[in-house]
Amino acid sequence: MADTETTVQAQELDGELAATAREELGDERILEMLRTMVLLRRFEHHAGRAYQRRKIQGFCHLYSGQEAVAVGSLSAATMEDYIVSHYREHGHALARGMEPKAVMAELFGKVTGCAGGKGGSMHLYDVERRFMGGWGIVGGQIALGNGMAFAAKYREEEAVCIAYLGDGAVHQGIVHETLNMAQVWGLPLIAIVENNEYAMGTALERVSAVTDLEKKALAYDMAAETVDGQDVFAVYDAVKRARDRAVAGEGPTWMDIHTYRYYGHSMTDPATYRTREEVDEVKDLKDPIVRLSNWMIAEGMATQEEVDAIDDEMEELVKECVAFADESDQPDPSALTADVYVEWNADID
Amino acid sequence: MREIAFRDALNEALAEEMERDPDVFLMGEEVAEYNGAYKVSKGLLDQFGPRRVIDTPIVELGFAGLGVGAALAGLKPVIEMMTFNFAILALDQVVNHAAKARYMSNGQLSCPIVIRGAGGAGGSLAAQHSQSLEAHYAHVPGLKVMMPATPKDAKGMLKTAIRDPDPVIFIESEVLYGYKGEVPEEEYLIPMGKGEIKREGGDCTVITWSRMVHTVMDAAEELKNSDGVDVEVLDLRTLRPLDKDLIRESVKKTNRVVVVEEAWPWASVGASVADFVARDLFDWLDAPVGRVNQRDVPMPYAFNLEPLSLPSVERVAEAVKKACYL
Ligand SMILES: Cc1ncc(C[n+]2csc(CCOP(=O)(O)OP(=O)(O)O)c2C)c(N)n1
Ligand SMILES: [Mg+2]
Repeated sequence: MADTETTVQAQELDGELAATAREELGDERILEMLRTMVLLRRFEHHAGRAYQRRKIQGFCHLYSGQEAVAVGSLSAATMEDYIVSHYREHGHALARGMEPKAVMAELFGKVTGCAGGKGGSMHLYDVERRFMGGWGIVGGQIALGNGMAFAAKYREEEAVCIAYLGDGAVHQGIVHETLNMAQVWGLPLIAIVENNEYAMGTALERVSAVTDLEKKALAYDMAAETVDGQDVFAVYDAVKRARDRAVAGEGPTWMDIHTYRYYGHSMTDPATYRTREEVDEVKDLKDPIVRLSNWMIAEGMATQEEVDAIDDEMEELVKECVAFADESDQPDPSALTADVYVEWNADID
Repeated sequence: MREIAFRDALNEALAEEMERDPDVFLMGEEVAEYNGAYKVSKGLLDQFGPRRVIDTPIVELGFAGLGVGAALAGLKPVIEMMTFNFAILALDQVVNHAAKARYMSNGQLSCPIVIRGAGGAGGSLAAQHSQSLEAHYAHVPGLKVMMPATPKDAKGMLKTAIRDPDPVIFIESEVLYGYKGEVPEEEYLIPMGKGEIKREGGDCTVITWSRMVHTVMDAAEELKNSDGVDVEVLDLRTLRPLDKDLIRESVKKTNRVVVVEEAWPWASVGASVADFVARDLFDWLDAPVGRVNQRDVPMPYAFNLEPLSLPSVERVAEAVKKACYL
């Protein structure tokens, strides 16, 4: 992982940022953030197991290891903000407050899912929460994010768009076309690169002339920042500042958030391109959940027993989600032809 | 004869052509160190080294364009698109550049590139990853389009595609990669623009290609048993140029035609084939040309809905019976 974090001790987060966040957010919200991160972790564990049982099929990309990015960034967002993501988006969906049962049911392809079973793992939507998907073509969603930022500015809303992309998506032409427009027009776009070091089996340095991805913004004279993505408060702090700038009309921000995925790229990837030691090292030194709970315990905000109880509670909750998804019905065959278009009245009067 | 999987047949074609011609190189996402997302390029990095088997960033437009330029400069690039859903990003370089080079230069330029990869529905991959987009390419003069259905065809056709002096779009059905079939040990080529009768029959010609060949073969068996109908299965193999002679020969024998394709019905390759049959062979037809397609909707994820969208044995059989007035 990047050297930005080498000053931090094993399983510890930045104490100063944490103290500031505590003042801003209060203990209750921080406890909620921990609960959400644990929910994400348990959810992916059970999604992986359901995939093994073929309850979930096709492509399924798990988010574990990256929890602090989704929870930290979305803790800095308001419900007016637009959120748009790629196919590794279970974590973003849940951190946005989407109903976990509806997310699991979507993975199971059931009518009770958040897209009625028609989207699946890669295409989660909850437009009421301004969670705009769930897109599967690498890089495509950042252009959509720019359009949502444009719409927010056009309507003079106090809102931004947070668009997530991977380190592999950074090289797509659409990303650079988008960044240039966002900066020229001062759009309230926060582009979050979840730099988990790999795009499928390709390590970043094998395909990127510049591995310090923050520098990509230099070409557009855009505000940019490198962030420790295993520290939920570092993410929160950076996104909050970016959001403040954006709603003040000061334009977009590009973020290289360093993180790591614990599972393979998708459920069918044995991940032979990296060593077990490499994965274990991140888990042992930089696990975002352990870091947060260690700090909370040290600060007297929670006891180890309470932390363990959260784990048990989320485990139960996710098991209920699985049961719900399992028992739900498949979509009615009539759903096949619904929603290609909407019926509308073409009369002029 | 030995049996090997579709992906291994493609792998042999790549290895043999790279062995034969030092100007052939393979480029794409995950083709080298990962051995290919679908393992088509397995072992090629070890065999030919990083100069000729090259991993790219995720930049379809960029590396397709590089391939087109390298082809214009005399190399023989094989550009792998992880799937053709992503090849949409590269359409500008393919349609506006590769397809036009020879014509606009008054024959001075050649663009001997192969753009190949997975196409069609793979099973529960949802709308953005389950598309049959061959019509995009077959529409364009200057491009050639091949879509094999069996391991034997896959190998012989890919070898031909690589040797072809013009741009060839080579689409491999994602669900066929593991499909095993007989493949000769000795070298062979399958010519560009030539289809094959995969099953002989006198009652009705079913024109199809790629994955649907197998669905149609199953339907033919069923129709034989249930109704005594003898279906002739015509696998086009190349969609552009079209094997008109083979179609004529078959239709003059059966006088009935059904076109079966995995793609959507409107403005499709099947639509053009049906148009050709209806006009060129009008006097030979005893029934209107039948068509079976994927339903005219994006592909849903739900396991129960995808099979309702794709052409099935039942729907093919129904269309054949209709063409036979049964
Ligand atoms: C345009 C396009 N090309 C290729 C793919 C296949 N693909 C899916 S995910 C992926 C890797 C993306 O890696 P990254 O951007 O780092 O995100 P991560 O999966 O690590 O979160 C690839 C190549 C795709 N979906 N879209
Ligand atoms: Mg990545």
